[in-house]
Amino acid sequence: MALSELWFILVGVLFIGFFFLEGFDFGVGMSTRFLAKDETERRVLIRTIGPVWDANEVWLITAGGAMFAAFPHWYASVFSGYYMAFVLLLLALIVRGVSFEFREKGDTQKWRYTWDWALFTGSILPPFLFGVFFTSLVQGLPLGEGMHVNANFFGDIVNVTSVIGGILFVLLSYLHGLFFIGLKTEDDIRARAFGQAKKIFIATLVVLIAYAAMFLTSDSGIMAGGNAPFTYVIIAAIVTLLLAFPFMMKQREGWAFIMTGLTFILITASYFVGLYPNVLVSSIDPIYNLSIHDAASGDYSLKLMTYVAATMVPIVLAYTAWTYYIFRQRITRKKVEQAEH
Amino acid sequence: MEEVMLARLQFASTTLFHFIFVPLSIGLAFIIAIMQTMYVVKKKDIYLKMTKFWMIFFLINFAVGVVTGIIQEFQFGMNWSEYSRFVGDIFGAPLAIEALLAFFLESTFIGIWIFGWNKVSKRVHLFSIWMVSIGTALSAFWILAANSFMQNPVGYVLQNGRAEMNDIAAVLLNEKLWVAFPHTIFASFATGAFFIAGVSAWYMMKGRHQELARHSMNVSLVIGMIAALAIAFTGHSQAQYLMHAQPMKMAAAEGLWEDSGDPAAWTLYASIDTENKESTNRIDIPYLLSYLAYNKFTGKVEGMNTLQDKMVQQHGEGNYIPPVKTVFWSFRIMAGTGGVLILVAALGLWYNFRETLAQKTWFLKLLVLSIFIPYISNSFGWIMSEIGRQPWVVNGLMETATAVSPNVSAGQILFSLIAFSTIYTILGIVMVVLFVKVIKRGPEKPKEVDVSATDPFETGGAEHGIK
Repeated sequence: MALSELWFILVGVLFIGFFFLEGFDFGVGMSTRFLAKDETERRVLIRTIGPVWDANEVWLITAGGAMFAAFPHWYASVFSGYYMAFVLLLLALIVRGVSFEFREKGDTQKWRYTWDWALFTGSILPPFLFGVFFTSLVQGLPLGEGMHVNANFFGDIVNVTSVIGGILFVLLSYLHGLFFIGLKTEDDIRARAFGQAKKIFIATLVVLIAYAAMFLTSDSGIMAGGNAPFTYVIIAAIVTLLLAFPFMMKQREGWAFIMTGLTFILITASYFVGLYPNVLVSSIDPIYNLSIHDAASGDYSLKLMTYVAATMVPIVLAYTAWTYYIFRQRITRKKVEQAEH
Repeated sequence: MEEVMLARLQFASTTLFHFIFVPLSIGLAFIIAIMQTMYVVKKKDIYLKMTKFWMIFFLINFAVGVVTGIIQEFQFGMNWSEYSRFVGDIFGAPLAIEALLAFFLESTFIGIWIFGWNKVSKRVHLFSIWMVSIGTALSAFWILAANSFMQNPVGYVLQNGRAEMNDIAAVLLNEKLWVAFPHTIFASFATGAFFIAGVSAWYMMKGRHQELARHSMNVSLVIGMIAALAIAFTGHSQAQYLMHAQPMKMAAAEGLWEDSGDPAAWTLYASIDTENKESTNRIDIPYLLSYLAYNKFTGKVEGMNTLQDKMVQQHGEGNYIPPVKTVFWSFRIMAGTGGVLILVAALGLWYNFRETLAQKTWFLKLLVLSIFIPYISNSFGWIMSEIGRQPWVVNGLMETATAVSPNVSAGQILFSLIAFSTIYTILGIVMVVLFVKVIKRGPEKPKEVDVSATDPFETGGAEHGIK
């Protein structure tokens, strides 16, 4: 395997890690609006991701950095091509990131309401935009001369399928988040999380099947001439989502969480599997398709980063796992009320 | 080329804003780590109180630093796609490594620090703040490694129409990196130290939280003094580096059009006329420029006209002179404020040693004002460094004008410029409000916020919430 292909996989793995982890963070962010009954519950919910959300977001930063370093042309074409979508994404991530810290610091209700809204908006908009982003990416972009993407915001980026993709990411994040809440809380709030999960599960399943159907009947972008690997992975994602159902009914949150996690992993993987051996497919003419090889950095640079990644990724994973171990206990109303530091 | 100007304006505004928070984060993390170490070693509660109190500022500041940093990584691809294609191979690697080495470290351990008080042992908790401090410093190292390539490109080969890395050792041993990194780190320590000293001075003036203020003052003045001196030394090595690697920047920083005499005098003040290419009304200090440039009292410095001719020969027709007035005055503001820091720290240490600090109200007031001085130095240091590199985005290799995204319109950049400026203005105001609030409240345990049963997301509540 060429180093560029290894890095294509690694970029995929970084995005997978991001959605697996930050997916439930986004879901918990949404739950502050849809599940919490009062301020204490909101604190319980936020507390479940308090120690980890920041590090989870770093997966995105690292994925972006890895794209820049390993595939400069991919990074340049995508980030400039999705200009307006990324502006919105950045605004959402900014208000979300500060809201965790800011909401605790004011005295007035109005202050807290403002940052609660920031947290909620910043948790629902990014998964939507990511869904739109990845869907339109595999639908094919107007990629032409000089590897430039001249995409129309409405049409090329935002269209029926990509909006369904956006909704899918929002629903799946929320479902994943509800199971995470199931893992991290007790009693009433946990029971209500399961209650909501049942409704969200059905919605997610319907949207995922509709989404898959739209791709499987499409003949453009990565689906031009058929794309068996993509098809298999998407079907596998439907299967893992279905597998979450019995666990959800028995309130076995651990397995349910793993299943929605697998669904997220497979959906994210489907884009990379579907794109291979390209990083971008052109909707103008396949001759403009940008291949992994043509988008990649030189071998020297890739080799260096492979060494760095091989050394650092296990260390990062180790202390990440350690953090989850430290904060393994369930969060309760009582603990939050007592622990006002 | 309206796009170029807008993209530059965006980069300047987002970067300068981001760099308001970065130095305070680096500085506070380091100083707080020292305070917490003193607590663990000496077992005195006052150090724990200090650690917890100053950490409140760190956390607010860190949050804004993190979110404004995301834009930094994204906007290379968004606004500067041609630049990204040209340098990604060698410039992207340090950014990716920064994320892997530094961002994961600081964000994970800050989580452990905040929520781990009763979950991990005292030593592990102390370890976590040091990891945060090391993470912030590592982050500075790798981003400066990337920036140093723009200033002084090394370790690359031009092939496939771009700069490809062929020597990581050269990238990491880049002379620019090793003058810029210590300079930036010490400037950050000074930012943290003068922040703590200033807030402590205010408490001393008001007679509040005396014990905390006194102990914090002791720690911060010592660190502030060491940092301020180190800034001057490392700044001096920057000038020597500029002389051989970026002589045009040095000449512009001096407003020097024609070659200087030997020995070269340093210009304290001049009216710079960029049209007629002359600097008049100069106030010169003899020998000083030779000293700054060569660390000895002889040697002449080439002027911008000579360097312009050389660069035309090398790179073809064009204007290779950066905006002289901006570079000239940024340098003087940076160096001047840096000098003030040394004086303030020295005087503070002296009064503190004599135990008369608490009575010197005028000096305590000065210390409060000194909170802002490092911010001025930091910003103008970067303005000098980046404007002084123009018209190049990568010195001698790529011009800024050719680096922008050709598929992004001026309207789009303007939209994002307005959007980001608006949100940054809001964040800036919130930051100041919160800092003032925390300072006024002091280290006492915060009163429990009134939590009513009203839900912000319910009707009625929501209307409050949106506004």
